[in-house]
Amino acid sequence: MTAEWKDIVLNGLWTNNPALVQLLGLCPLLAVTNTFINALGLGIATLLVLVVSNLTISLVKQWVTKEIRIPVFIMIIASFVTIIQLLMNAYTFGLYVSLGIFIPLIVTNCAIIGRAEAFASKNGPVESSLDGLMMGIGFTAILLLLGGAREVLGQGTLFDGAHLLFGEWARGMTVQIFEFEQQFLLAILPPGAFIGMGLIIALKNIIDAKQAEKKVKDVKSVERARVTTVN
Amino acid sequence: MSVFSSIFKSSPHGAMGMTTNQVMRMVCYATIPGFITQLYFYGWGTLVQLVLCIGVAVLSEAIVLSLREKRIRRTLSDGSAVLTGLLLALSIPPLAPWWVSVIGVAFAIIIVKQLYGGLGFNLFNPAMAGYVVLLISFPVAMTSWQPIQPMLMHTLSLADTAYVIFTGYSIEGYNLQQLSMLVDGTTMATPLDQFKTALAQQQTVSEILSLPIYGEYGGIGSQWVNAAYLLGGLFLLQRGIIRWHIPLGMIASLFVLTVIASATGADTTYPPVQQLFTGAVMFGAFFIATDPVSASTTPKGRIIFGALIGALIFMIRQWGGYPDGIAFAVLLANMCVPLIDHYTQPKVYGHKR
Repeated sequence: MTAEWKDIVLNGLWTNNPALVQLLGLCPLLAVTNTFINALGLGIATLLVLVVSNLTISLVKQWVTKEIRIPVFIMIIASFVTIIQLLMNAYTFGLYVSLGIFIPLIVTNCAIIGRAEAFASKNGPVESSLDGLMMGIGFTAILLLLGGAREVLGQGTLFDGAHLLFGEWARGMTVQIFEFEQQFLLAILPPGAFIGMGLIIALKNIIDAKQAEKKVKDVKSVERARVTTVN
Repeated sequence: MSVFSSIFKSSPHGAMGMTTNQVMRMVCYATIPGFITQLYFYGWGTLVQLVLCIGVAVLSEAIVLSLREKRIRRTLSDGSAVLTGLLLALSIPPLAPWWVSVIGVAFAIIIVKQLYGGLGFNLFNPAMAGYVVLLISFPVAMTSWQPIQPMLMHTLSLADTAYVIFTGYSIEGYNLQQLSMLVDGTTMATPLDQFKTALAQQQTVSEILSLPIYGEYGGIGSQWVNAAYLLGGLFLLQRGIIRWHIPLGMIASLFVLTVIASATGADTTYPPVQQLFTGAVMFGAFFIATDPVSASTTPKGRIIFGALIGALIFMIRQWGGYPDGIAFAVLLANMCVPLIDHYTQPKVYGHKR
C-alpha cells in the first residue's frame, strides 16, 4: 500500500508531472502566469477541482458505462468548476476579474479530464484523491515557478497583487526585487511564457539525465569490481 | 559562382572555393560603407555598440559551445557569431543602453542560434530575432533614434557616447532625451514615425515631406545610409557571396506595392523611392534577408521569399502599429521557408516532375 502511494506522489510531483511531462493544461499555464499571485490563484482552483473531481469520479465509476463516461466526467468537473468560480467571485473578486475567462476554462483543462480518465476511473477513492492532490500540487508548483520567474523578470516584483487573493492586509507583501527604468515586456507577454516553459522543461530533463547517468555509473562501478579481465 | 546555387542538391557537388570564415568576413567588410555613413550621421554610438555586441556575441557563443562540449576555437573561427553581433549593432539605436544590446545579442546567439543546434540549424535569422525581442520588450529604448548629428544641439565625443550608453547620462549630466534635442530646442521623431503621426494629424504627404528630417530620397540621414548599404550589397553580389534573387524580389515587391498604393489610394502612402531609402530597407535586403541559413534555398523560392518580405514591410509600414517592420517581415518569411522550399524544388535533369 505505501509503495503504491509513494508511486502516486512521485508521479504527480515529478516523473509524470502534468505540466512538465504530460504537457497538459498548457493554455491556462501559459496565459495566466504573468504574475505569481495569478499563478497561485489558478493553481489552487485547479488543485481543488482535481481533488474533488477525482474523488467523485472514483466513487461513481461503477455506475458509469464506458460509452457515456466522457460526458459524465465533464459534467462532474464542470459542476465543481462552477462552485469554485462562484466562490472566487464571492471572496476574491479582484483575482476573479484578473483571471477572467481562465477560471471557467478549467473545465477544459486536459490535465483534469486526463486524470479522471487515466486514474480515477480505474482506482479507489483514496488513491484517486491522493493522485488528484499530487497532480494538482505538481501543476501548481510549475505555475508558481513560471509565474514567479516571469514576474521578477518582467516587472522586478514578487507577490504583486497579493491583496487580490488574501485581502487588503496583504498589500504590503509585494517585494520589489529590481527597479527597472523600462520593464522587460517579453517576460510578461505570451512569448516569454513559451520560452520560460521550454527552459523549465529543459532543466527537468537535465536533472533527469544527470540522475540516470549517476545510476549507470553506480552500476558500472559494481560491475568492474566483479569482472577481472577486460575484453 | 553558379555552384553556390542549391540546384546541385545531390552529388556531384561543386566546391565553393570559399570557407565559411571567408564568406562571413566578406559580409563584414561589405558593411563598412554603411557603418561609416552611420557613424557620420548618428555619432560614435554605433562604434561602441559594435564593440559591445561583438564581444557579447563571441562570449555567449563560447559559453554555449563549452556547455555543449564542442571545439570552441574552431567553431568560433567561422565568424558567424561576430557577424550576428555586427548586424545587431548596426540595427539598434546608437545610444541604446548597454543592457539592451547585451540582452539582444545573448538571446540571438544562445536561444535563437545555439539552442537550435548552432550555425546551419537555426530556423530564424538570429540578429533579427534578437532585434524583435528587444523591440517588443523595450519599445522606448529601441525607437529612440537621435536626429542626425548636424541638427543636434549637443554632439558627443567618443568617451561621452560610451558614458551615455553605460550610465544613461553624458559626462555633463544630460540624459538621452535632452541629447536628442535639436538646435532650436525641439525634438523630432524618426522619418517613418513622424510620417505616421503627421498623417494622423490630417497633414498631406507633400506637407510632411517638406519637414527638415526628410531628404530628397528618404530620411535626411537614412537615404545616405541606405545608399551605402546598397553599395556594400552590390559588392557582395559582384563577389558572388549572395545571389540577386532575394534583394531584387524584396525591393521590387516593396516598390511595386507602394506605386500601386500611391496611385490608387488616398494621399496616405509614403512615396515609392522614399520607401526604399528610409529605415533599413537596403540593409535588410542585402545583409539580413540573404542569410544563407534561414532564407529559402531554391532560386524560385528565393524570389518568393524576397517578395514576401517586401510585401510584409509594405503592409507593416502602411497599416501596422510599428513604424518600420523589416525584422518582423524577415521572421515571418523565415517561418514560410519550409513551405516555399517544398513547392519550388527545381526539376532534376532527366526527371519529369
